[in-house]
Amino acid sequence: MSVTNLLENWSQFRHFHPVDDKPHDPYKWAMSIDLDTCTGCNACSVACFAENNIPVVGKDKFEHGQQMHWMRIERYWDEDVSNPGGRDFPDQGAQFLPMMCQQCEAAPCETVCPVAATNHTPDGLNSQIYNRCIGSRYCSANCPFKVRYFNWYDYPTDDSVWPAEMNQQLNPDVSVRSKGVMEKCTFCVQRISAAKVTAKNEGRLVHEGEIQTACQQACPTNAITFGNLVDTESRVHKQWEAQRVEIDKDKQEKDEEKGGTDLRGYRILEELRAYPSVMYLERVRESAV
Amino acid sequence: MKDIREDIAWAKINQDVLKSLENPRKLYWVILFAALSIFSVGVGCEIYQYNVGMGVENVNNPHVWGLYIATFIFWIGMSHSGTLLSAILHLMHADWRKPIYRFAEAMTTFSLMTAGLFVMVHIGRLWQFYYSLPYPNERGIWPNFQSPLLWDAMAIFTYLSSSILFLYVGMIPDLAIARDNIHAGWRKKLYTALSLGWEGTDRQWRNFRVTYLTIACFLIPLAVSVHSIVAGDFAMSQQPGWHVTSFPPYFVAGALYSGCAAIITLFIILRYVFRFEEYMTLPILKKTVRLTFAIAMVWTYLNAVEFASVWYSHDQASKDVLIQKATGPFAPFWWGMIFCGSVVPFVLSIKRFQTNIPVLFAVSLLLNLGMWLERWMIVAPTFSHGYYPWTWDHYQWPSIYAWGMVFASFGWFTLLFMIFCKVFPSVSMYEVKEMVYHRKLHAAKGGNNSQGAH
Repeated sequence: MSVTNLLENWSQFRHFHPVDDKPHDPYKWAMSIDLDTCTGCNACSVACFAENNIPVVGKDKFEHGQQMHWMRIERYWDEDVSNPGGRDFPDQGAQFLPMMCQQCEAAPCETVCPVAATNHTPDGLNSQIYNRCIGSRYCSANCPFKVRYFNWYDYPTDDSVWPAEMNQQLNPDVSVRSKGVMEKCTFCVQRISAAKVTAKNEGRLVHEGEIQTACQQACPTNAITFGNLVDTESRVHKQWEAQRVEIDKDKQEKDEEKGGTDLRGYRILEELRAYPSVMYLERVRESAV
Repeated sequence: MKDIREDIAWAKINQDVLKSLENPRKLYWVILFAALSIFSVGVGCEIYQYNVGMGVENVNNPHVWGLYIATFIFWIGMSHSGTLLSAILHLMHADWRKPIYRFAEAMTTFSLMTAGLFVMVHIGRLWQFYYSLPYPNERGIWPNFQSPLLWDAMAIFTYLSSSILFLYVGMIPDLAIARDNIHAGWRKKLYTALSLGWEGTDRQWRNFRVTYLTIACFLIPLAVSVHSIVAGDFAMSQQPGWHVTSFPPYFVAGALYSGCAAIITLFIILRYVFRFEEYMTLPILKKTVRLTFAIAMVWTYLNAVEFASVWYSHDQASKDVLIQKATGPFAPFWWGMIFCGSVVPFVLSIKRFQTNIPVLFAVSLLLNLGMWLERWMIVAPTFSHGYYPWTWDHYQWPSIYAWGMVFASFGWFTLLFMIFCKVFPSVSMYEVKEMVYHRKLHAAKGGNNSQGAH
């Protein structure tokens, strides 16, 4: 942002995200993830590693918590709370939660970056500019989900994560990050851009189903839906609408209703007013936990 | 008890202070050499970290900030008491500050420089740090003015440049004394250049007083705002344990506290090393100690306020962080902070110890240990126990390189400080003369002013 831009469009910078935002038009990328169908197979995570040139850091660095999985499968052991003395962990089983950058509409990471390396795009993505990042890591410090990953080492060069013979397997559409920059899930922005360019050349909008994120593509149970939330015909829009989850609310109306609802849609840490773009569908289980 | 002896001749003051520039005790060289070797440890660590990557700090995904940020706050904090002594007490006409404010002001400048180093070693791409400066460029790209980190960079830079200016302006008459009394050589050239042709005329003194007072008035709100903004780095974020409105006053109190403790430490060292027993006297030490005790109690109170506001806010995440601090793996350090910060200062309230140099030396070091722990206990536990349970990591421990860098920062600070004290007069000669002069007047007017009116 230049100073003139800042002064002339001050009102744009000084408003309540995302409630007072201009409506997203024509795109707002969003996701919904059905935890009932998720089997925790980690295919999404693997696909993400392959698509986005994410370094595999190895056992030692993993143990130090320095892994780079943009898409991670979280495992939560269930407790049979309603039935004391009943089945306990691990017999009761586990729940899985695929977690990646939630592309928040009012992202806590964006405001704190000293160099504006992370920004909001007009189509509702939380973008990360690797070239601009100086590595202060304030974004990650302020991320409630801790889904931002830092290049603690020079993986491509010093650590040679991709030896010469493996260079060919790198995705040419995605830059390889050097040490000292922050990175995170982009909603496969390279696929989004490619589809938008094609659509623009053909003088139309991007169709529903034209873009698949790598995780969505790899999911064997179709737990992940990705699409344009503005497009009323899109599957993701229909899901959000059916679940009565609205992007610019920090408290959904359905949750205010007496007696609760049977709808499964929720967003994680919604009360922090980050307005995430990912809706999760609760798992339906035999035992009431 | 008088602050300093009234019968010291002005010429003797000049002589004693100027002697410190050339003829310190042997211990000076020991300290200087030790500081240099400690600093070189840090240089080694930084070279390694620069080449390999930030991972060598043992920081990881939830713990993206580590010892560097904690130590950064520590050094920023330490800088505040210099301003307290030189500017606030100047406005309040507390004359006992006169022999000791110069080194306190130098401490301000050098601890800010040390803090600045930690920003540098903390960032992942040191070679691109200038992106955070609002420099004009043809692409019209500016830093993000919304970021507390940017406010921080600006506040610290303003504070650093103002306090260098304040230190320098306050030193001009003394530099002129040094110029007139030193034998020819590089020192003569240096003092001649820096004293800006000071002759001690009436007009020069008048302008000097106005300038000095103006900078003092400018510096006070700046000092308060700098640490408030550093507190803002945390309070403006959303994380449990940081999102507390009482953080700015809490940080400022902590800053003054650790600064006062450092002044006691350096007071004792300088008094011995440069033979300043006549000027850095025990009554002055006693006043500093009492001031430190008062600030320690303010800090303790604000600490309690912070805990209470977290506890009664019923914000479960913040409360969990607090419980985690008191009972989790960080508990020894957290209780250590409470002990060093709130219990140890009671030693200072005992009259017998207020002038006992070995006890005060040990206590002042313990107080600063407590204040360093405080900063670490602000930074680390929030990362270990944030909003998102899956990322909890209670056992992250900084690497030997990170500790080496923290250790070395003390060497760097001592190095700068010791060089300063050898090159510039660390006791304000012209102001000490004022003290002697005032006393003589008082003594002439009435006989019973021996208690010290100032």
